Amino acid sequence: MSYPAVDIKNVNFAYDGQSTQLFNNLNLSIDTGERFGLFGPNGAGKTTLMSLMTGLLHGWDGDIKLLGNTIKTKSKSINKLFGYVPQDLSLYEELTPVENLAFFGAWAGLTKKETKERTEELLKILHLKDAQNKIVGKLSGGMKRKVNLAIGVIHKPGILFLDEPTVGVDVQARRDIINYLLKLNKSGTTLIYTSHQLSEAEGFCRQIALMDKGKIIANDRLENLLEQHQQGGLEGLFLSLTGNNYANA
Amino acid sequence: MKLWATIQKDLKILFRDKVGLMLMFGMPVVLVIVVTSIQNNTFDLLNKTKVSLLVCNKDTGALSIQFVEAVNNVGMFKLVEIPSDEKEEKFKEDIRSNNAVLGIIIPANFSRQVASKAKTIAGKALNSFGLEGDVAKVNLGNLSSLTLYYNPVVQQSFKASVLGGLSSALQMVESRQVLKNLYFSINEKTMPDSLGNDMLNNKLSITEVPMSKSGDITVLNATQHNVPAWTIFAMFFVVMSLAGSIVREKLSGSFIRLKTLPTHYLVAILSKQITYLAVTLLQAVVIFALGIWLFPRIGLPALSLPHDRLGLLVVTLTCGWCAVSYALCVGIFAQTQEQANGFGAVSIVILSILGGVMVPSFIMPDSFKTIMAISPLHWCLQAFYALFLEGGKLKDIMTNILSLLAITLILLLVAFAGLKRKNLI
Repeated sequence: MSYPAVDIKNVNFAYDGQSTQLFNNLNLSIDTGERFGLFGPNGAGKTTLMSLMTGLLHGWDGDIKLLGNTIKTKSKSINKLFGYVPQDLSLYEELTPVENLAFFGAWAGLTKKETKERTEELLKILHLKDAQNKIVGKLSGGMKRKVNLAIGVIHKPGILFLDEPTVGVDVQARRDIINYLLKLNKSGTTLIYTSHQLSEAEGFCRQIALMDKGKIIANDRLENLLEQHQQGGLEGLFLSLTGNNYANA
Repeated sequence: MKLWATIQKDLKILFRDKVGLMLMFGMPVVLVIVVTSIQNNTFDLLNKTKVSLLVCNKDTGALSIQFVEAVNNVGMFKLVEIPSDEKEEKFKEDIRSNNAVLGIIIPANFSRQVASKAKTIAGKALNSFGLEGDVAKVNLGNLSSLTLYYNPVVQQSFKASVLGGLSSALQMVESRQVLKNLYFSINEKTMPDSLGNDMLNNKLSITEVPMSKSGDITVLNATQHNVPAWTIFAMFFVVMSLAGSIVREKLSGSFIRLKTLPTHYLVAILSKQITYLAVTLLQAVVIFALGIWLFPRIGLPALSLPHDRLGLLVVTLTCGWCAVSYALCVGIFAQTQEQANGFGAVSIVILSILGGVMVPSFIMPDSFKTIMAISPLHWCLQAFYALFLEGGKLKDIMTNILSLLAITLILLLVAFAGLKRKNLI
C-alpha cells in the first residue's frame, strides 16, 4: 500500500500568546515522488507549516503523516524518513565538509562505513572535492549551501524539505544544486520546496500550493493553475492570487 | 557511534577555538602564577625582605639609640636615618610620595620619658616587695608617644606587623631600663650588660606545628594554598566556553538540524559533559604539573601532591562534573552569548568569593558561613584543602564529595527541566 509523502488533516495551530490561529483546519496532501512547491508572501505560514511537518513545532491539533507515519508520536525514528535543508546554514562552520558529514551522518543513524561512502558520493556529485578538508566558515556562500544540502540528504531520505536552498548562491552553484535535486527526485525522493525565486521554482516544481494568511488558496499542478487563472508564469499567477503583497516579500 | 561522533565533533570545535582555549588554559595558568607569586612575595616581605623605615631621631639620649638598635634587631626593617634637623614636613613628604612607605619620629624627650617611666615602675615594684622605691615621679598616662607615619597603600595586616615589631623594640628598651633601675636600687651598682642581655634576649622560642589529618608535617606555602584554589576556579570557568558553545548551537541553524535528525538531543548534552569533564581534568593536570615542575624554576615553592592519589582523582572528577553541570545550566537558560558570558563569569566570581577561593572562609562572618554552603566551589575547596594542606584521605572528604554530588544532581535536574521547558528535547 502506498501512502502520500505528506498528509495533513484538519491542522489547527496558533503561536503561544497569539489569540488568532494561524492555521484553521488546514488540509494538504503531497504525493510520493512529487516535486512540490509551497509559495506565498512573507508571513503566509510557509515556514511554520514546514516546521510542523518536520516536528520542529509542537502544540498543534489534527494529524500530520509522513509516508503513512503520524508525527504526533514524537518518535525520533520518524525523523529518518525525511531530510531538512533550512534556509539558514545548518552546519558547524568550525568543521570541514567531511567532518560535518561524518557528524550528521552518525546522527542520521548511518554506520561509519555508510557515512564514508555517502560522503564520497555527495562530495563528487556536488563538486565539493576540492573543498572537502577546508573549514566551512572559510568557504564561499555557494560552497556552504552545497554542504548544507549534502548534510540534509546524507541518509537518503524519502522526503526532502528545502527552504530557500539556493538563496545567495551564484549561477554555477545553483545549477549544481538544482541538477542534484532533480536527480534525487528521479530516484524517488519527494521534494517539498519553498523559495522566493519564482523563475527557478517554475522550472523545478510540478505541483504548486499557494498560501496566504495561513490558508492554502491554490493547490494543483502548475500547468493547470496557469491555465485556470490565465497566467503565463508563476509570478503572474502569484500576484493575481495574493494581490501585490509579493512585491514586498 | 553517535556519542563518539558527537564527542569528536565537540573536541574538534573546542581545539579550533583559540580564544576559548586561552580562557580555559592560558588565563588560569597566568592567574595561578601571578596570585601565587604575589602571595609568596607578601610572605617573603613579612618574613625575609626588609622594608625601608625612615627614622628621624630628635632625641639625643642613649635610650633612643638603644631603641633604634632594637628596631634594627627586629629584623623586618631596613633603617634609613634622617638627620634630626630635617624639617618634619620634608619627612612626611617622602612618605606621601612613596619614597618610603613607613617612618617614625622619635620625640626629643624620648630618653628622658622612658627613663622616668622605668624609674617609676621600678619604684612601684620595689614598694610592692616592701622595699623603699622612688615612685610617682611620672604620670604614666601623660607620656608622649612615638609617631608612625605610613603611606595609605600599606595594608592593615602589614601595618599590624609593623606596629608589633616597633612595640616589641620599645618593650625591650623599657624593660632593660626597668631592670637597670631595679638592679641599681638593690645592689647600688650598675647592672652588667651581659645580665641584661641574658634576661631579655633569651626568650623561649615558639615552634609552629601545622595539625594535619595524617599526622605528617606539611610544608604550607603560597603554592600549596593557591594551586588547588585556582584550579577549582579554572574548572568552573569552563562556563565561558561550554555555556557559550550551547548558546551558539541553539542560535545557529545547526540546532534546528539536530532536532530534525533521529537522535535525541540528550546525546549532544552527554557529549558536552564528557568532553568538558575531560577538559577540566586536563586543566587540573596542567596546573598541578606547573606547580610541581615550573614553580621551583621561577622561584616559587613547588607543589606537593597529596599522598592519597585516589582521593585527589575522585575530588577532581567530582569538581569537574559539578563545574560542567553548572555550565550546562547556564548555557541552557541563557538566550544570548552575552548573557552566557556575562552571567557565567560574574556568577563564578561570586561563587568563588562565597566559596573561599578569593577570601579565606575562616574570616567570613557567621552569616556568610551558611550562605557559602550553596557554593559548589566551597565544597571543592574544602575537599582539596583537606588533601593538599591537611594530609587527609578520601574518607575524610566524603561529606564534601556527597555535597558536591548533591549540588551536581540538582544542577542536572534544573538543566533537564530547562531543556524540556524550552522544547529543546
